[in-house]
Amino acid sequence: MDAQTIIARRVAKELRSGDLVNLGIGIPTLVANYVPPDLKVFFQSENGLIGTGPIPEQGMAHPTLTDAGGRPISALPGASTFDSAMSFGLIRGGHVDVTVLGGLQVDAEGHLANWMIPGKMVPGMGGAMDLVSGAKRVIVAMQHAAKGKSKIVPRCWLPLTSVRPVNLVVTEMAVIGFPDGRATLLETAPGVGIGEVMAVTDAELVVPDKVPEMRI
Amino acid sequence: MKAVSVEEAVAMIPAGASVMVGGFMGVGTPERLLDEVTRQRKSDLSLICNDAAIPGKGVGKLFDAALVSRLTATHIGLNPKAQQQMLANQINVDLVPQGTFVERIRAGGCGLGGVLTPTGVGTLVAEGKRQIEVDGRPFLLETALRAQFALVHAFLADYLGNLSYALTSRNFNPIMAMAADTVIVTAEHIVPVGVIAPDHVITPAPLVDYLITNG
Repeated sequence: MDAQTIIARRVAKELRSGDLVNLGIGIPTLVANYVPPDLKVFFQSENGLIGTGPIPEQGMAHPTLTDAGGRPISALPGASTFDSAMSFGLIRGGHVDVTVLGGLQVDAEGHLANWMIPGKMVPGMGGAMDLVSGAKRVIVAMQHAAKGKSKIVPRCWLPLTSVRPVNLVVTEMAVIGFPDGRATLLETAPGVGIGEVMAVTDAELVVPDKVPEMRI
Repeated sequence: MKAVSVEEAVAMIPAGASVMVGGFMGVGTPERLLDEVTRQRKSDLSLICNDAAIPGKGVGKLFDAALVSRLTATHIGLNPKAQQQMLANQINVDLVPQGTFVERIRAGGCGLGGVLTPTGVGTLVAEGKRQIEVDGRPFLLETALRAQFALVHAFLADYLGNLSYALTSRNFNPIMAMAADTVIVTAEHIVPVGVIAPDHVITPAPLVDYLITNG
């Protein structure tokens, strides 16, 4: 199983029936593929839709029904549409139960940086800052390292997305939470030892007596 | 509301004007108006739009023709031309969190001086802004945003100028239709009064100044 699939499958287990969920671009988008059909989750697209459905079949796309990247999507029975003020009222107002976002760095206190690399990549923050500020739970779905460098760092040196700490980080190697404001190893991926995770993590991790295996 | 041709409408926009344009990645954008702005070469524009779309689509056309001097947006990462023009200092770009962007425009259209938002507190976005505590929680004061012109795209417009929108093409359109001195609208369909039921009108007719006629 590749890294992205492991991450997406594990994150999907965090969702509960009735949740309003917003998925960011990249790995988070894959999470929708692993939600069991009996779980009634509402997916929000921040360009103005609750009830996003799969990519339409060839020739069935509609130009006014797209995701936040402008790609064609479908709407499920029971979907609703609204303007951007409503959409971000839902996000900032605590009505979104879970947001799943990609990350560039998460630090030992759970701070997320995911919107710019000064001098290199300045695309704009889009909805990321509002999502991290306002969603009830923030889950970061990202690979553990990029180009051999740990993305879980003692302190973010990239500009923060929000000062509000995230709730959970899921990588292909581990699940990390922040009880008491400190990065804590909650689970390891099948076949991955605690020592292996520690070796590729720059941030100090609290390791409880029991660290169960990630269920995917 | 006055019905005008697209040429007449765009002729009213002077070079250097501040212009809000509805749409999200080019979805729900008044393409005919942007084609005409490009044809009449209205330059030095202060553009207020969620994103820069992509080259050849939506407001992307304005960057293709290098007509933008100032841009207030939330995300321009999918338009390499807008990125190049920003990095070459040809356009002055103000990047704003999307929820803040829409609330600033809503405030501008609703007679408010601004809004207090938790978004951006303690980040680069907070630089130069007032932080205000309410009940012990910190908020940023984000000021209202208005423009001389709003270019809006609707699904249906009736003969009076009542508007309704389709699916995700609604986005910023009804908010911007309240926040500009002059509101110019294109619609997929122009329909008789009564076709849009009162409960389905999203933008009431008195907000619309000009409706672009067909063909």
